[in-house]
Amino acid sequence: MQASSHHSSALAHHFDSFEQQRESASLGMWLFVAQEIMFFGGIFTAYLVYRVKNPEVFALASSELDLTLGGINTVVLILSSLTMALAVREAQLGRGKGVVSFLIATLVFGGIFLGIKSVEYSAKFEHHLVPGEHFHFAPSQEEMDHLWETKGFTPEHIDRRAEMFFSIYFAMTGLHAFHMIIGMVILLFFFRPAWRGRYNADYHNPIECFGLYWHFVDIVWIFLFPMLYLIGRA
Amino acid sequence: MSNAKSKERPEGYPDRHYLNAAHGLKSWFLTTDHKRIGLLYLLAITLFFFLGGAFAVLIRLELATPGGDLVQPETYNRLFTMHGIVMIFFFLIPSIPAVLGNFLLPLMIGAKDVAFPRLNLASWYVYMAGGIFTLWALFEGGLNTGWTFYTPLSTVYSNTAVTTAGIGIFITGFSSILTGMNFIVTIHRMRAPGLTWFRLPLFVWSQYATSLIQILGTPVLAITVLLLALERTLKLGIFDPALGGDPVLFQHLFWFYSHPAVYIMILPAMGVISELIATFSRKRVFGYRFVAFASVAIAILGFLVWGHHLFVSGQSVYAGAVFSVLSMLVAIPSAVKVFNWTATLYKGAVSWETPMLYALGFIGLFTIGGLTGVMLATMGIDIHVHDTYFIVAHFHYIMVGGAIMGYLGGLHYWWPKIAGRLYPVFLSKFAAIIIFVGFNLTFFPQFILGYLGMPRRYHSYPDEFQVLNVMSSAGATILGIGYLIPMLYFAWSMFYGKRCTQNPWGAKGLEWETASPPPTLNFDEIPTVTEEPYDYTPKEVQHAG
Repeated sequence: MQASSHHSSALAHHFDSFEQQRESASLGMWLFVAQEIMFFGGIFTAYLVYRVKNPEVFALASSELDLTLGGINTVVLILSSLTMALAVREAQLGRGKGVVSFLIATLVFGGIFLGIKSVEYSAKFEHHLVPGEHFHFAPSQEEMDHLWETKGFTPEHIDRRAEMFFSIYFAMTGLHAFHMIIGMVILLFFFRPAWRGRYNADYHNPIECFGLYWHFVDIVWIFLFPMLYLIGRA
Repeated sequence: MSNAKSKERPEGYPDRHYLNAAHGLKSWFLTTDHKRIGLLYLLAITLFFFLGGAFAVLIRLELATPGGDLVQPETYNRLFTMHGIVMIFFFLIPSIPAVLGNFLLPLMIGAKDVAFPRLNLASWYVYMAGGIFTLWALFEGGLNTGWTFYTPLSTVYSNTAVTTAGIGIFITGFSSILTGMNFIVTIHRMRAPGLTWFRLPLFVWSQYATSLIQILGTPVLAITVLLLALERTLKLGIFDPALGGDPVLFQHLFWFYSHPAVYIMILPAMGVISELIATFSRKRVFGYRFVAFASVAIAILGFLVWGHHLFVSGQSVYAGAVFSVLSMLVAIPSAVKVFNWTATLYKGAVSWETPMLYALGFIGLFTIGGLTGVMLATMGIDIHVHDTYFIVAHFHYIMVGGAIMGYLGGLHYWWPKIAGRLYPVFLSKFAAIIIFVGFNLTFFPQFILGYLGMPRRYHSYPDEFQVLNVMSSAGATILGIGYLIPMLYFAWSMFYGKRCTQNPWGAKGLEWETASPPPTLNFDEIPTVTEEPYDYTPKEVQHAG
């Protein structure tokens, strides 16, 4: 009963105080992030195992990725995390219009990232670097000869191991992109309450939790970029 | 309609409670009340238990004779696969947490609900969505990979409904994760005033430990099954040996979840047993803190032992030795629990109510399951009995003899709280005893069969194994009847059972300090806790009934 009329409907019936509600949401979200870490952890493990098994071919296949586009995307994603953090800040200060503008910025950066990613993906299709029947990896003859002389790798062997690299590449970046798409859809639901000024110092946990999710997805990319694009690159 | 007896209201029986607070299908399917969600889960997992049981019936029928008389080998492969998938992912894992945990956790800690009631309801729908995919896989003809989905059988060679079933398990896993998240936050943030960590009932401790595994283990299975599905559909060859992929990596990832999953099943059952032993011995659980920390220790150690499933899978011998030692370490916290329960019984005022029969049955069966587990952790014995019925017997002693006995014991103990009604005493004791007898007759012969060398997962076997197999099939019949009886009298009791008083066992714990059945918001006034758990001092002993 206590003060519920005063506090509006933002305090759920089973909590005693905003502090309890906020702390619960925050702990719950951290636990969700923990399960996300374990989720991506499985595929990071697969990457690690295969990278250690095939360092030469992985490095060679890695050179096929577009460093410029990947680099730009890294910057774009970090900027989107910045605007997301600012949106949460605006929410805590109760500035609805500010929240909306920063959310739009976040959405735009997310869109740019996915756009660039799709350009990269379509290039892989054109170069027959998508795993499956049409996969064909064609490094320079010089590289092939080098691997044959030093390691005894046949072109067939190199082709198969490169297909493994691109399997992991598509699985990892695809999962990451899927998380971004989910995030951008959820983000749309914050516009209305933000515009109406529902967020304030007492009540802003939904947007704060979403911010955690967005930063998490960002950090996944911060790991993916060096792992896939940079390590051992020729 | 109901007879006069079921209409009688004992003094203090509530007019309004969570069961009659609202009516109609919508009030159930859109409820956010943790107690109603617990009942939704109860209904759903009972259906899946029935389904998984039906597969078991067919398996035992086939194995009653040495020849493959009833089904084709391919059909048999699908039967044991579907039995495993349904029983593990759709019954055992959600059983105690999602039914009893959901119902009891907020009551035990003096809260109005779990921390995230809507997420709680969502978890049920996620579970059902996964269940529908699994049923769909069944209608596609089932799958033949075993519940373990080993590659490359599951990726390259099997043309059965692997992808559909995989999607079902992927989805259902998230219901488990959501439940775990909800419970951890609830235990951290929703406790009543004065309810410190060491005043929590041991059931709550065990749920906490279980939730840790659900959150940290399940996503690893999710990504593993997802990669498997991607390999089948999009030809991403993560586990494909032709691309240098490693099927053993699949086994590592799979067991990283699926071994701890055994502790998702057994830890909550241990929590139930702690409650039952305390109540029906009228004593504080001996070494409360040891039992509490043993749950956490099992959860943590459980993550470090998965390699004992890979002793014959091309894992290095050194890794095998390490996993062997780590696996034996799990025996320590497990034994702490068994010894402490036994010490609690010592000089206790033990009464032989139905839940107590299940508790005592649990201790015996779990001990056999646990000790054979230590045997199997030694590489020499494991390699000898690998993939034989010895393994089958071992894990059924843990999962059925342990987890299901705990689940049924808990259901009998808290049923008056759930339904506000009683069940037939004699019939329930009879069922408990024939479940115990039927269980041992089913699975003890399988230890011998396995030791003699009968491999698992074949639909036929040499003649000399028939006597023991017939014993096993006969036991399964008794066990099946034993399971049907409680299903029937619980369904009857829900509507026609005699109404009970608030605390028919005279038990301690916050859940008994509110009406049976409880009001929607659990307590008329949130209690303040001033005493240790299980504080059964002689003057406070109340007699049951």
